[in-house]
Amino acid sequence: MGIAVQHVTKTFGSFTSVNDVSFAVSSGELVALLGPSGSGKTTLLRVIAGLERPDTGAVLLEDEDATNRNPRDRGVGFVFQHYALFRHMTVFENIAFGLRVRPRATRPSRDAIEAKVKSLLELVQLDYLGSRYPRQLSGGQRQRVALARALAVEPKVLLLDEPFGALDAKVRQDLRRWLRRLHEEIHLTSVFVTHDQEEALELADRVVIMNEGRIEQDGTPEDVFEHPRTPFVMNFLGSVNIFHGRVDAGRATLGPIALEVPEHRDVVAQPATGYARPFELDVTRSDATGGGLWATLREANTTAGGIIKLELTDDEAGLVQVDIARDAYARLAPAVGERFYVRPRTVRVFLTGTEPAGIHQ
Amino acid sequence: MAGSVHRIASAPAHGRRPLTEPRALRWLLTGVALAFLLFFLALPLGVVFVEAFSKGFGPYLEAIAHPDAMAALKLTFIAAAIAVPANLVFGLAAGWAIAKFSFPGKNLLITLIDLPFAVSPVISGMVFVLLFGRQGWLGPWLFDHDYRIVFAVPGIVLATIFVSFPFIAREVIPVMEASGTEEEEAARVLGASGWQTFFRVTLPNLKWGVLYGVILCNARAMGEFGAVSVVSGKIRGRTNTLPLHVEILYNEYNFQAAFAVASLLTLVALVTLIIKTLVERRMARPAGNERLAEAA
Repeated sequence: MGIAVQHVTKTFGSFTSVNDVSFAVSSGELVALLGPSGSGKTTLLRVIAGLERPDTGAVLLEDEDATNRNPRDRGVGFVFQHYALFRHMTVFENIAFGLRVRPRATRPSRDAIEAKVKSLLELVQLDYLGSRYPRQLSGGQRQRVALARALAVEPKVLLLDEPFGALDAKVRQDLRRWLRRLHEEIHLTSVFVTHDQEEALELADRVVIMNEGRIEQDGTPEDVFEHPRTPFVMNFLGSVNIFHGRVDAGRATLGPIALEVPEHRDVVAQPATGYARPFELDVTRSDATGGGLWATLREANTTAGGIIKLELTDDEAGLVQVDIARDAYARLAPAVGERFYVRPRTVRVFLTGTEPAGIHQ
Repeated sequence: MAGSVHRIASAPAHGRRPLTEPRALRWLLTGVALAFLLFFLALPLGVVFVEAFSKGFGPYLEAIAHPDAMAALKLTFIAAAIAVPANLVFGLAAGWAIAKFSFPGKNLLITLIDLPFAVSPVISGMVFVLLFGRQGWLGPWLFDHDYRIVFAVPGIVLATIFVSFPFIAREVIPVMEASGTEEEEAARVLGASGWQTFFRVTLPNLKWGVLYGVILCNARAMGEFGAVSVVSGKIRGRTNTLPLHVEILYNEYNFQAAFAVASLLTLVALVTLIIKTLVERRMARPAGNERLAEAA
């Protein structure tokens, strides 16, 4: 086991940042800590690194209790959100730092350090920039230097705090792909923090979704996306359409939409909310299929590439968002103001009041 | 369309005039500033050297080489040589504590650091007399054990430390606060010890701020009059610093000698200003250029 976090709680004054959180990362796994700002994900990462001391709970690294271990003895590599490169040192010196500060007995020779730094510079594709200073580099280059510096000490665990947060979209894409390839190459146990669901789902082997200091769901990207366990996860992982209604004895009635919900078989007359993603709705001109609702087309955004985003309003003036493929759009040939029958193929129904309300996107 | 293009094109020509003052006013303002500098700064400075050399080079050297003057010079250097390193250590420790940690009493500490700026130097001197003087709180015990503080070198050093201590802390705190704690955290995670982090990461980021503080601290330590005057007792050749020696010579109507010794202090001030300007220029330069300087 690479990392085990057991019942960790961390408070700052009266604010509980991390609230009784437990999760584990297997050796060689790449895990994303995903959540909105203030959800405690960065604090949790800093607890693993030893930069914050948990109030209660334990952190195990490679099956050894490291809760009270000094960060310098933990064998972790940490990449800071704003890189935290040493401003007064060259790129070369930055990367060599972790080796140079070792006690004489374990410090590599001068030549060995030089060779190591050179190979790391090649790994991050910056071998021509060794003599530059951090402020002479672009954001993406600084990020890669920070990564090389963290890898120089051969950590058992790599921790990255919002690794692409401060970069522009194009660089972010490139670096993301590059980091994925790097991880496949070196298979280092890694945890990265992000608030970008797309980034987490694309990059990670497993996603841990956090909200208000707690874990909402922990699973593979497919798992959390296809089977969100809470309304929060449903909301956080992309746009959703929300339908309010009731559940009674395994049958949900959400306005005009009615469907069977066997998982709520034992529920007697409780308020409930149904969620459907924009691409999980069919738009037709007839209500032959049933189980849907009539709505008026207000806008069709045709500029977004292969997907057309439709905005409709139902009879209660609620907004319904539908994504349809460009060819399906061409076949349908809808006009603004026309009425359509909108039928969700999948609706996830959560009882209202048992879970905290999520973010509405 | 053509009309609007014309308007846009002609706008800068019209716009430039109000951005500056009429030529006459510019000359007037510059002239006033220069005249002020001449009368209140350059002229007095010139007078020091004119008076110092009024009887020629021989008497000038004689006044400076006089044993009392040399003793005063030596004492001034001793006081500064103790006060500056002491305040350097204090300033770095205080800056570190204030910028990198939060603790109860932090604001009180920040306020206390400024105390020597707020208190009249004479009062600062009096405080030490009241503490360590023969009638002071600790005086009797000190005299019984034959420790001399007031009217002796230790008193002068203490007073000098007191009046010059905000300078380094004041320079270091904002620089440390601005640089945050991330680099230190990075160093720790990379395996550096506390001392390694301080000497390899924190201090190099601070070096120009520290140097600037040291220069100002040293200038104040060497030039201090009020506080030192109260604790010194002005024993010639033993507890006189340069500023005190100047005063004594002047009071004896020995103007030429007084100005000769004063010229030494003035030289210290000029050198300080030159170094300060160089350091300020260095601080303003982006760190990237350091490479060029180091390679040269």
